Amino acid sequence: MKYGLQFRDVFAAWESILEGVWITLLLSAVAMVGGLVIGIACAAARVYGPAWLRRIVGTYVEVIRNTPLLVQLFLIFFGLPSFGVRLDGLTAAIIALVINLGAYTTEIVRAGLEAVPKAQVEAGHSLGLSGLQVFRYVVMFPALKAMFPALASQFVLLMLATSVVSQISVEDLFHAASIVQSRTFRDFEVYTVIGVLYLGLAFAFRGLFAGIYYWAFVRR
Amino acid sequence: MIREFGLIDVMYLIAAARWTLALTATAFIGASLIGIVIAIARILPFAPLRWLSAAYIHIVQGTPLLVWLFVIFFGLPLVGISVNPWLAAATAFSVYGSAFLGEIWRGALVSIAKTQWEAGASLGLSLGEQLRYVIIPQSIRVAIPPTVGFLVQLIKNTSLAAVIGFVELTREGQLTAAGTYKPFAVYITVAAIYFAMCFPLSQWSRSIERKLDVAR
Repeated sequence: MKYGLQFRDVFAAWESILEGVWITLLLSAVAMVGGLVIGIACAAARVYGPAWLRRIVGTYVEVIRNTPLLVQLFLIFFGLPSFGVRLDGLTAAIIALVINLGAYTTEIVRAGLEAVPKAQVEAGHSLGLSGLQVFRYVVMFPALKAMFPALASQFVLLMLATSVVSQISVEDLFHAASIVQSRTFRDFEVYTVIGVLYLGLAFAFRGLFAGIYYWAFVRR
Repeated sequence: MIREFGLIDVMYLIAAARWTLALTATAFIGASLIGIVIAIARILPFAPLRWLSAAYIHIVQGTPLLVWLFVIFFGLPLVGISVNPWLAAATAFSVYGSAFLGEIWRGALVSIAKTQWEAGASLGLSLGEQLRYVIIPQSIRVAIPPTVGFLVQLIKNTSLAAVIGFVELTREGQLTAAGTYKPFAVYITVAAIYFAMCFPLSQWSRSIERKLDVAR
């Protein structure tokens, strides 16, 4: 049997697809900001904190990094209601993504912080800067520059990984694909189009991060 | 009837984990075979080959694994290959893994000093022989820690095969959760089994990395 590819029905559903793109962008943006905040806090705790805090953060990082995102998502969405915590899909997705990305960024930021030579911190103190000022101007800025490429690629991976939230029926780009598929039965065409869209998003994010890098670190 | 979540279910989940491992092993072999070709194509002094392999890596790394699973699951029948979830998953994970391994191994290959290539050439070795006898043996040491690290990613990502109905650890967890109405206990167990598989590998990867650092 000969199969002719037909994309017309897929493109006819551009509105649901566009809505999916929007949700995917929203999820990615929230997760990136949340993950970065958690990452910086946890990395600072892991490098400068007391031993018990270091151990807690270390456990968090290892547990998250050694279990699949999909299982973490199921645990939060299907598991928490056992304790009376009932979350809608979008909230559960955001929580899972932030917790997940937070663990990865912690490791990246920690490596960046540890790469700053100790003598520079001491130089900052000897200039009379406060602890917070040293952290902000002497440690964080060069550390951010060093870790930026790793962070950027982790963020792009996260944007792609948000596709799993479709499995708890959050209406992201991938979910839009399954809706269009069930309506048109053009499964191969739908997933190809969605794949190209994700590729476009990945390129856009890479371009954006390259722009931010240039603006923040190269230009000045 | 709702049954209890008991020891027997835990045993079933552990038994299902062997399919996770089987899929990981199959995908790793497939990914290695394509990955080594990609890695070498990336460093050969032949520009079109380099562009092609770079484009391959960009495209695969720029699309979600789920999309690959579905495109292959629905696409292979169009070219006349009948698929089951196992074949689709193994193919999709091989493609996905090959891009990452290709990039990791390219990094390992270019980490070897240029003088090593030149030394090989001055001994009269051909390009293939330089690769085979001089460059690859040295780069394997560099490649091992990130490769083991990627293996952890692969184990975790096989959970996505559950979505196309391949019964591995996560899918078995979904089925058990549906049967027992104890999703929290089930998914904690599932997570613990993944952790038991991944954590030793992560630690191992880190320890060989540290040893290599000292050796250098």
